[in-house]
Amino acid sequence: MSARLAVASLAARAAARLSRLAGTGGGTTLPGKLLWKLDPAAIDALAARLPHGVALVSATNGKTTTTAMAAEILGDGHRLAWNSSGANLVSGIASTLLASPDAELGLLEVDEGALPEVVQRVRPRALLLGNLFRDQLDRYGELEHVVERWRKTVRRLDAETTLVLNGDDPQVGDLARERSDAVTYGLDDPAQARPALQHAADSRYCVRCARPYEFAAAYVGHLGDYRCPACGHARPELQVVGRSIELRGLESASFELVTHAGQTRVRLPLPGLYNVYNAVGAAALAQVLGASLEEIRAGLERFGAAFGRFERIAAGDKTLLVLLIKNPAGANEVIRTLQDGGVPPLLLVALNDAIADGKDVSWIWDVDLEPLLARTERLIASGERAAELGVRCVYGGLPEASLEVEPDLERALDRGLQLTPERGELVILPTYTAMLALRHLFTERGLVKPYWERS
Amino acid sequence: MKIRVGHLYPDYLNIYADRGNIAVLSRRAALRGHELGVASVSVGEELQPGEHDLLYIGGGQDREQALVAPDLAAKGEEVREAVAAGTALLAVCGGYQLLGRGYSGRHDVDMPGVGLFPHETVAGDRRMIGDVLLECELEPGVRRTLAGFENHAGRTRLDPGAKPLGRVIAGFGNDGESGYEGCRVGRAVGTYLHGPLLPRNPWLADWVLSQALAHASGGEPPELEPLPDRLEAEAHAVSAQRARDRGGRL
Repeated sequence: MSARLAVASLAARAAARLSRLAGTGGGTTLPGKLLWKLDPAAIDALAARLPHGVALVSATNGKTTTTAMAAEILGDGHRLAWNSSGANLVSGIASTLLASPDAELGLLEVDEGALPEVVQRVRPRALLLGNLFRDQLDRYGELEHVVERWRKTVRRLDAETTLVLNGDDPQVGDLARERSDAVTYGLDDPAQARPALQHAADSRYCVRCARPYEFAAAYVGHLGDYRCPACGHARPELQVVGRSIELRGLESASFELVTHAGQTRVRLPLPGLYNVYNAVGAAALAQVLGASLEEIRAGLERFGAAFGRFERIAAGDKTLLVLLIKNPAGANEVIRTLQDGGVPPLLLVALNDAIADGKDVSWIWDVDLEPLLARTERLIASGERAAELGVRCVYGGLPEASLEVEPDLERALDRGLQLTPERGELVILPTYTAMLALRHLFTERGLVKPYWERS
Repeated sequence: MKIRVGHLYPDYLNIYADRGNIAVLSRRAALRGHELGVASVSVGEELQPGEHDLLYIGGGQDREQALVAPDLAAKGEEVREAVAAGTALLAVCGGYQLLGRGYSGRHDVDMPGVGLFPHETVAGDRRMIGDVLLECELEPGVRRTLAGFENHAGRTRLDPGAKPLGRVIAGFGNDGESGYEGCRVGRAVGTYLHGPLLPRNPWLADWVLSQALAHASGGEPPELEPLPDRLEAEAHAVSAQRARDRGGRL
């Protein structure tokens, strides 16, 4: 380590301790911000020290869960530098590298917008690109621009970097043209396909000739088996595939994982087709990083839940089930999974509009909430934009008598718990900062450990 | 009464809650005993000027917008004829841009327009993104506020004498300079505000409905029975406050 990096690192670590002592948070991004200020090239040097290199994961949806799954698979064989709480901007990544001086392998989720800079700095050994959906257009700009920046990033990758792509996303799968050795993954199970493209489906027009794609199967949003009837642009051949999928309501999912190294049945302790996507992506990445099929299966089968994504938390004799929602495609999958498990009679939905949530809340109108609204008995709308959410629900068919609007999260949580029967479960759908605020409440009430103390 | 709505390019221009605007119109019509019938008019489909009481066109990302622009320009005469004959029209964001004379993009992407609204749009370097609040006076002496969200690279310049939708209280508006937002021609209204526009601005939803009913009945725009709109008012207040606190500065 250079003297300059050593000094900068010391100062930044001290800042992390101060941040935790001051009770202002986990110190997950402050030291990184400081380090970046003190020595912008420090991230490059910290990453270069990792003997087994760095793997990066980016996507609109599922990057936290996919990275956590890969960590579960690879954590036995490697000491990891892993940004488990989702601090995925350059500063968060710097903090993670700084906090893991003994790590061997970096396993990092990266914000879609921050990807070009992070790739340039850490020079990854493997890069997984999962999917692109409309998300926080106020922050990222239009989908097309993100795609273009990703394409440029892929073109600049080192020759040794292995690119892992979700072939089921037309925009992402098309990047395989840039790298003949790219590893592609996806799903192949027409029985799980949706009857029609959802309202919020994005990439429905051919990336080459702009004609509408024909989907032999659409699984999650526009992810699926597509082909352009005009120019023939189609899903690339898949190398790591999820087949024969079984979804068991709100409890679990299982699928046949098919790879060049053989195939195995994976029983995932998480529900939802979107989590099967995350698992197949994590499997493809782990395989590139040297994991065996058996290690992959075992890792996926002991996977818990990623931060705020399908977390079940005990609250006395009741449980809280927290499902993060942050954009139409992701929220639609959460709703589909809730439908499969039986629509809960009571729901707490919390909509905030901080920068991390997206200041523009119009996306809630692009979510197919209607199946929930038609069947739930009571919905508590909370968060800073609770009234907006309430309006959305009423115009979406929820009887006004079934709606309660309580902007204050703590009061909404208490009301939800009050309405939850003994041994019952309160299903909570928060946006990102609402999820953080709720977790803070859970921590204060001793229901969960603070995230910086978790393993 | 049946209100016939022509929704232009719902399969291309559907970002930022456009279907929320339609849902609001539909429910508020139903609560007054009217029925909204929405038909899609998309690429390659004919638009008959007398066939609709209300035309709606939403926003899309650049790519989708470029895909529909030539088709919409080809329907220009029918759109202008319909509005001249009293059809109501609501255009949001990308649709608003394309109903002017045209859009000049950065990479020599020039999209032809419909020529309904007397304006031209030129792409700027920096996107104008944020909460926005307007003051409108659609009927003389009746001032109302509109709250929404804007996200556009285009700078829309109104011709001298053109009627804007409103005056910008907070946010960027048409071009970030003029202090005006949107445009009005007859019963047609165009605006950059999404967010979505109508759920938190129910008075405008009712104005649009009333204009459409006037076309449907061949009479004057009727007064609609007021609705409680308690939640809508709350949503409006929060959105308006956001614009005052953090809307883009002119």
